[in-house]
Amino acid sequence: MSALPSTGEGKERRAGRLMMAPAVLVLVAVALYPTLASIWLSFQRLILVFHERRFVGMGNYAFLVRDARFFSALGHTVYFTVVSVTAELVLGLVFALLLHARPPAKNLLRAAILVPWAMPTVVSAKMWALFFLGENGLPFFGISIFDVNWLGTPGYAMHAAIAVDVWKTTPFVALLLLAGLVGIPQSLYDAAALDGASSLRTFFAVTLPVLRRILAVTVLLRALDAFRVFDVVYVLTDGGPANTTETLSVYAYKTMMRGGDFGYGSTLATATFLCVLAMGGLYFLVIDSEEETR
Amino acid sequence: MRRRALQWLAVLAVLGFCVVPLLGQVVTSLLPAQALLGAATPSAWSLDNYRGALQGRPLVRSLVNSIVVAGATTFFCLVLGSMASFALAKLRMRGKRWLLGGALAISMFPPIATVSPLYLLIRELGLRDSLGALVLSYMTFALPLTLFVLTRFFREIPDAIYEAARVDGCTPFQTWWRIGLPLAMPGIASTAILVFISAYNEFLYAITFISSPDKRTVPVAISLFASDRIEPWGEIAAASVIAGIPLVLVTVLFQRRIVTALTQGAVKD
Repeated sequence: MSALPSTGEGKERRAGRLMMAPAVLVLVAVALYPTLASIWLSFQRLILVFHERRFVGMGNYAFLVRDARFFSALGHTVYFTVVSVTAELVLGLVFALLLHARPPAKNLLRAAILVPWAMPTVVSAKMWALFFLGENGLPFFGISIFDVNWLGTPGYAMHAAIAVDVWKTTPFVALLLLAGLVGIPQSLYDAAALDGASSLRTFFAVTLPVLRRILAVTVLLRALDAFRVFDVVYVLTDGGPANTTETLSVYAYKTMMRGGDFGYGSTLATATFLCVLAMGGLYFLVIDSEEETR
Repeated sequence: MRRRALQWLAVLAVLGFCVVPLLGQVVTSLLPAQALLGAATPSAWSLDNYRGALQGRPLVRSLVNSIVVAGATTFFCLVLGSMASFALAKLRMRGKRWLLGGALAISMFPPIATVSPLYLLIRELGLRDSLGALVLSYMTFALPLTLFVLTRFFREIPDAIYEAARVDGCTPFQTWWRIGLPLAMPGIASTAILVFISAYNEFLYAITFISSPDKRTVPVAISLFASDRIEPWGEIAAASVIAGIPLVLVTVLFQRRIVTALTQGAVKD
């Protein structure tokens, strides 16, 4: 931006603050305040129906570190995040490379790819539930690998949720990576071709390194999003069977909305929040150290 | 030739991946209940499921609710967001990084971390079980989204145009209204689509803050479909098609805009 010295600069600053104020106020009221309040609630015993509200200090946290259900929910959440993000990244990269290679029916393909992204998660979960019900699902499809009732079988149910998430989010990943691919200058490819590099070698020596930054951003965005997974699991299995698909958000939700325990529920929510914060922080540390070494 | 054939194969695979589950849903919605319950092949198509999905349930009402909530969220986000984004992109002032950084941080908050205080706040305000509660809470994710996308669009407007307006004596506010907004219209339209879709799809707040059936949004209505009877899959499929098709149409129609808006934030900068 040009830095014209101007007498209007003070005015401009004041106007700028005024123009930002409404958005800032709303964000403080509906995002910052609730998050801080949630942390505050996590130190309390708060059960609405009993009109019970008192400060218990670290009491909820003392319970948390001995709560086996919390640790299994944490494990499920990590598993869901790692597996779905990995699958989305691999599939997304394949989709992106295909779209970038000027395939036939490119416009149709790009429109179709947006369909899963636009579907509400709840609708996609219900849609997929039909496929996962085994014999009770879509008998006329006669797909034999679905003979198991995935949603009712521990070990299968979580993968059903992952499948829905992968279906819904791969397009987003593909589009981000495609945008990265489009930005790679043709000259790099020409140079690789001149050196007689095979297409596989070009991919690993040119494409992947240039994509590194956008890959990192994509992984972060997706991981933070997957870590707070709620809709898919809630609609598909409600955390079952036998809590084998219960993620942190679902456990916190049930504790608050069904158990009525807002204190401990907030503790679980805060724990989720801290995990997300740690992931974000770790990411920026890694990115920063990379920038420095360059 | 071989390369082309391989590409076609890949294209068909990806098309199948994206569209087959939806087609399965459409097929299911058109099958009579008996075919779903066991008959190996469907013998006749029928619209019974659509009748069933719409009868005795406020599904149309839910659709209207969803559109009203998503529309209001989009409107407020664009008003607040376009003003703030313009200031962020074009005005000389301190603290800009803080707002964008803060918005980025907020967009990463897990919604579950805000749900209990928001619930208590909404109760205090007397907004429980009202669509207003949803519009208010949807700001938590919709406004940061608006800020990112719109700030980038405003940055693309050359500074020279803005400087010229300033020399002509426009205040920053007038510049936003007379020059920024009209020039950023394509960006505003793209942002609107993005925000609308994300609000239309929201589930956690909607299921927490709404209790009356006639105030439910579409995702909540569909998630609670089964509880009244034993898994009426055909009707669920019909309802899903009714809820999903408008979104699919919007998406296909505006695909270019959506892709630009979606990818802009992550790629540049």
